[in-house]
Amino acid sequence: MNKIISLLVFIILSFPQIFSQSNEECLMCHDDPRFKAKINKRTVSLHVSPNSFTSSVHGDLDCVDCHEDIDAENIPHRSELTKVECGDCHDEVQELYVECFHGKAKEKGDPLAPLCQDCHGNHDIIPVKDHYSAVAPLKIPSLCGRCHREGTPVQLQRNIPQDRILENYSQSIHGEGLLNKGLVVSATCVSCHSPHRILPHTDPRSTISRQNIASTCAVCHAEIETVHRQIIRGELWEKQAHILPACVDCHQPHEIRRVYYDYGMADKDCLECHDNPNIVASTDGRSLFINYEELKLSRHTNIACGQCHSEVNLSKHRPCETIEKDVDCSTCHEEVGVEYSISMHGTLVAEMDENAPTCKECHGTHGTLGRLNPQSPTFAINIPNLCGKCHREGETATVRYTGTEKDIVNHYSQSIHGKGLLKSGLTVTATCTDCHTAHKVLPHTNPESSINHNNISNTCGTCHHGIEEQFAKSVHSPLISDTDKELPVCFDCHSAHEIKRADTEGFKLEIMTQCGRCHEEIAETYFDTYHGKVSQLGYTKTAKCYDCHGAHDILPTINPESKLSRENVVETCRTCHPSANRQFAGYLTHATHHDPDKYPFLFWAFWGMTGLLVGTFIIAGAHTLLWLPRSLEWRRKLKKMKKENDEKSEINEENIEEKE
Amino acid sequence: MSIKDKYVLRFTRLNRGLHVFMIISFLILSLTGMSLKFSYTGWAKVLSKFFGGFESAGYWHRFAAVIMIIVFVAHLVDVVRVKRKEFSSWKALLIGKNSMLFNKKDWQDFKESLKWFIGKGERPEYGRWTYWEKFDYFAVFWGMFVIGSTGMTLWFPEFFTNFFPGWMLNVATIIHSDEALLATGFIFTIHFFNTHLRPEKFPMDIVIFSGRVPLEEFKLDRPQEYKELVEKGELDKYIVEQYPPIVLRGMKIFGWTALSIGFSIIIWIIYAMIFVYR
Repeated sequence: MNKIISLLVFIILSFPQIFSQSNEECLMCHDDPRFKAKINKRTVSLHVSPNSFTSSVHGDLDCVDCHEDIDAENIPHRSELTKVECGDCHDEVQELYVECFHGKAKEKGDPLAPLCQDCHGNHDIIPVKDHYSAVAPLKIPSLCGRCHREGTPVQLQRNIPQDRILENYSQSIHGEGLLNKGLVVSATCVSCHSPHRILPHTDPRSTISRQNIASTCAVCHAEIETVHRQIIRGELWEKQAHILPACVDCHQPHEIRRVYYDYGMADKDCLECHDNPNIVASTDGRSLFINYEELKLSRHTNIACGQCHSEVNLSKHRPCETIEKDVDCSTCHEEVGVEYSISMHGTLVAEMDENAPTCKECHGTHGTLGRLNPQSPTFAINIPNLCGKCHREGETATVRYTGTEKDIVNHYSQSIHGKGLLKSGLTVTATCTDCHTAHKVLPHTNPESSINHNNISNTCGTCHHGIEEQFAKSVHSPLISDTDKELPVCFDCHSAHEIKRADTEGFKLEIMTQCGRCHEEIAETYFDTYHGKVSQLGYTKTAKCYDCHGAHDILPTINPESKLSRENVVETCRTCHPSANRQFAGYLTHATHHDPDKYPFLFWAFWGMTGLLVGTFIIAGAHTLLWLPRSLEWRRKLKKMKKENDEKSEINEENIEEKE
Repeated sequence: MSIKDKYVLRFTRLNRGLHVFMIISFLILSLTGMSLKFSYTGWAKVLSKFFGGFESAGYWHRFAAVIMIIVFVAHLVDVVRVKRKEFSSWKALLIGKNSMLFNKKDWQDFKESLKWFIGKGERPEYGRWTYWEKFDYFAVFWGMFVIGSTGMTLWFPEFFTNFFPGWMLNVATIIHSDEALLATGFIFTIHFFNTHLRPEKFPMDIVIFSGRVPLEEFKLDRPQEYKELVEKGELDKYIVEQYPPIVLRGMKIFGWTALSIGFSIIIWIIYAMIFVYR
């Protein structure tokens, strides 16, 4: 040791010129705040504050200790110095840095790669423990966030698998602890990722790799195993991390939730009893057997028993004996829970109605599946049957229901929607839930209901968007017509559950009475004319209401866009009568011969013809009736005469015979 | 040949044939037309279906209309032929003794008939064509003109509206339909009664199919004509033999069918007008 010191002393003494370059000399120039130079066409300040340098961790060092390439003989030194290699002294850190993402990037010449000074600064580096340090815990998130924030070149141009890192972190328990509460012991970026050897989680050496994450977390969360003992037994947690869930499987990186589960009952503990097919409830004898396989295949495969059955108490011999309430799905499915609670079903449940369905009646319990799974009762094709369990004629819901919709499941099945769904297997076809919603099922009288008069256009419009747009511009739209009368909406013409294709005979024939419900007079006069009479015979090719007026896009005839405006009416006639002309369009499609003021020609033609008819019948009828008695008389006379003649001819014949 | 077997030929073969086609086309026209006029009744829908749906019923209607027009034209041609063969001029045909035009004797017959009806006179001595038969005959002319012309308008509305305003189609519909009602009503009640149902002919007079009237009946029914024929000594020219029973049977079946259809239509119309009129 002495030898080394004496050697150093010797070297120092033999090269006094090295130290001839003192910090004072450097500061002669670099103390000037205006000292600038152009490097790579950029003006760079070359100012070094002597105060901040002397108070920095490197305050005891000479400038040339780091800036080794300064030639003491030539002051001022050449303008461009080589970059300072921190690793010359901090070799351990340097080794880590070289291996890490940042180091590799630097090696590749990535201009975005952070260098030592990007994080630590240069002349003013102060100890990490100092809260003013650039790398103090409180500053780490924003420091890392300079590059790892949404919208930065790094986040945009480099492959960073996580997003909203900074945002999520700041809302996580760690971020909140650090940033809101100023708990500097809270985990920051570097606590998990390490400060210098930042590696992808796929790298086994990484602090966040599957194998290492537990020990990384355990640095702060010492003995977390004891809390998690039901899930991960003892040392397995660290030793065989690859087969066990890692911390991040439950506690997502960057968005670690602030949720504590009571003790975290392990499924296995529950299954000790509930795996037995014969287990029944002591109270009512219902089976308490849990088909664990079914649970594992379900939507809740990653949910532990205790997460739903939250009242378990581990201190009890039977942890479940403290359970009092049913499982409350809305703990997790909060939004759905709110909707359900105001729905008809939810209201009935609140009234303790025994027939009212709760979550499990539709979704099942342990085997619950997502609605996109064909096995699920909530899969589109299964919905009519599911709802039909109660809403089929004669079932519980129909007994209570007093409205006009009857036999809805059958009607639906025969409707265009039902056929599309059940026959053609079109899972996008409207099912019960598409119109009534799945959870917020309300009677149509409720203004909030999806099938309320004011909302139905919107509801149908979710699929029939184009129609809704047309309808909104038509005379039937409340946006266009300001009237006290109730305007028609989709179901007034299309019905609710029996919806037919508009090109089927049934629909075409029914629509006339549908329109006629409101347009009484006009429908009646329509039936007095050719089109109406033919339609009444069940013939669909003649013009029906919508053939002339349009269907969803009906406009008043004064509107030039209307199918019946002066500009368009001939064209409309031509859809059926190709050679129609303007006078042809003058045919009165809603004429009646009962209105002498409006249609005098028809009125007089009708009464003229009727007069002729009645007159003819009176004269001819009277003639015939007067004739009748005489005719009877004449008949008798004829008979008598015939008889006489017969006798006569018989005598004649006899005579002839006699002669012979 | 005894008098019992003697028959007088009243209608030519052509006239009988035309009448058969007239019956067929008229029945088709009434059935299909009434099904449209009374489309709001149940029977109309059934009828329409029977004709193969409305569209097909429409084709039947126009097909029958064409038949009827052919019958009408054939008759006119026949009149021209008869004129050439038997009459020197149109005037001779029109005022001749067997003319279909109304003349003084018809007016007298009519007045005498009314007297006879109320018991103030004897049965008039009717000639070859009685006034009610002439009425029936011209009713067809009238009908052909009124129903035919409006029917053509409705058949080709796009063409006719080149000359008339559109509301004329509405008028044409009313005229066509009400005149048709008059025609069917008249034929199936008055005509049926006058020729078939009146007690002396009851239940049916098949002379229009056979063309033959028993001489005895002829003598009583058309005394004037009989007298004239005897006077001129032309009676023998018209004496023919009756058809064999099997033919008469066929004629009766056809007659019965036509009568039943006619009566059915009358019942349907009355039902529609009384019970479901609108």
